[in-house]
Amino acid sequence: MKMIYPREEVCIACRYCEIYCAIEHSRSKDPVKTFKMESPQPLPRITLMEEGALSFSLQCRHCKEPDCAYACITGAMYKDKESGVVIHDPNRCIGCWTCILACTKGSIRRDESKRVAVKCDLCTHLEVPACVANCPNGALLYLEAV
Amino acid sequence: MKSFLLPEFLVERDENRCIQCKVCITQCGFETHYFDEELGRVMHKEERCVGCQRCAVFCPTNALIIRPHPWNLRPHANWTKERYYDLTKQAETGGVILVGSGTDKPHRIYWDHIVLNASQVTNPSIDPLREPMELRTYLGSKPDALEIKDGELETELPPQVKLETPILFSALSFGAISYQAQESLARAAKEVGILFNTGEGGLPQSLKEYGKYAIVQCASGRFGVDLDYLENSAMIEIKIGQGAKPGIGGHLPGEKVSEIVSRTRMIPKGTDAISPAPQHDIYSIEDLSTLIYALKEATNYKKPVAVKIAAVHNSAAIATGIVRAGADVVVLDGLRGGTGAAPKIIRDNVGIPIELAIAAVDTRLREEGIRNRASVIAAGGIRCSADVIKAIALGADAVYIGTAALVAMGCTLCQKCYTGICNWGICTQDPKLAKRLNPDITTERLVNLVKAWSNEIKEMLGGMGINSVESLRGNRLQLRGIGLADWELKVLGIKGAGE
Repeated sequence: MKMIYPREEVCIACRYCEIYCAIEHSRSKDPVKTFKMESPQPLPRITLMEEGALSFSLQCRHCKEPDCAYACITGAMYKDKESGVVIHDPNRCIGCWTCILACTKGSIRRDESKRVAVKCDLCTHLEVPACVANCPNGALLYLEAV
Repeated sequence: MKSFLLPEFLVERDENRCIQCKVCITQCGFETHYFDEELGRVMHKEERCVGCQRCAVFCPTNALIIRPHPWNLRPHANWTKERYYDLTKQAETGGVILVGSGTDKPHRIYWDHIVLNASQVTNPSIDPLREPMELRTYLGSKPDALEIKDGELETELPPQVKLETPILFSALSFGAISYQAQESLARAAKEVGILFNTGEGGLPQSLKEYGKYAIVQCASGRFGVDLDYLENSAMIEIKIGQGAKPGIGGHLPGEKVSEIVSRTRMIPKGTDAISPAPQHDIYSIEDLSTLIYALKEATNYKKPVAVKIAAVHNSAAIATGIVRAGADVVVLDGLRGGTGAAPKIIRDNVGIPIELAIAAVDTRLREEGIRNRASVIAAGGIRCSADVIKAIALGADAVYIGTAALVAMGCTLCQKCYTGICNWGICTQDPKLAKRLNPDITTERLVNLVKAWSNEIKEMLGGMGINSVESLRGNRLQLRGIGLADWELKVLGIKGAGE
């Protein structure tokens, strides 16, 4: 499977990854409408981590042994056997946040407005995930997992 | 003291488009934009804006327009807005006004008054897409004559450096520019088969592999100069002057002398790197000759040695002295050449346009019968491939591009290079700003620029019916002047259009 790999040495902490992730997961897919009209606002599923000059964007690693999926009490979080993508089904999520406790990477966020977990879905409907396609400095790569 | 100056730029934020994403805040190193928690929206302090356009380019919804402040003073042809600004600033600070980049004054750009020829009927033009076209250029001293015996060259040639196209990257020193910027220039030079120039900042150990593509500069501060540095190079350049600031030295502030800059320049970390105005061991042509031969001796006569001067009133006479002193290459840097920092008054008022200097030097060297003894590189304000081809037709062997290369990397000529803050990651040592240049991307941008210009040069050569750049060199009959006075045509050695 293909995975997103951050390159901290060229990450410019612009937060494009977060913005374009939110836009991609919006209803309108339009930057202005996403942030000015949509309620509740779609959350980015990627987080820019920053301290001084060090920055990179953190997203779900789609682990081979996903602790979040093992911990999920409703089966909302599961690893798709075929694609290897760790998928979250908001319809089955009860917002217990057990996945957040279990995730060792800190890649899952809470959507308080809907009381469900949100995480990177690798934009499987796109050829290249929105964060990677829109990164202005080549700081996110979409490569075959090693 | 209350400042009487208005901000130089206006920040116009279209609130209907602004999505409060804060990208502008992250991208401005001058801290122009900020988020006001109470108002719950992004605001700005215009007086901090330098007009570099980084925020406007990165705004995902194009909500920002940065434009010069109208400053509606009563219009005055003599006491212009700029004069008023500088006067007021000096009244408030008592200082010399510093500036970066090349002069922005409307000195005559002769390139725009020179047109090229093309073949019609009596000689055929050449299609570079179908026929071979030679741009390869060799820099170095050429012998007076060649002796050939049994089909073999008998004459021993002085050292030559090969360029795949007659373009080189100008001196941009590490310390002034970021590591990423120098790496990009080095990698691009390697990829297109040209050379980059270390400026006077040395070559970091980690970029040593690019030494073969480096012109290593030996300037008045002698920063980073040792035997390894000289030997690991394509060519050595003695820097006497710079077009943007003839007669003026350099000053890299201590804040920019980081650990790696300090190791590369061989000076203590955090100390100012001061390059004296003159080279204190060169007060005459004889002294220059001593240094040229010292460098040649040190490198076993394997490297061509260039001498770079700012184009000034008596450049032609100086150039003959340089050639007679033993230089293999003469570099002329014109009035419009760039800099990381210079007093504005010097940048805008000292030196002569490169076009006139090339013609004057080429003419003088030919008259004295020594033109073959040195190549001539022209620098300072080469903006496009037509400027390159006109410079070559006027008599240059190749050109240096500095500002054009910077623009290819992202520079928007905001002229704030001297502040140490560069939002485009070029002229800074701040690790957070410097990583904005991804050398993979920047190298590609530079390579694209050189390839695009090379293709255009081939097209123009083909139009003239010339299949080798060598045949254009000093071929001033391919040029005509428009709107130039007799003295200008005479100095340029070209006819007026229609003549």
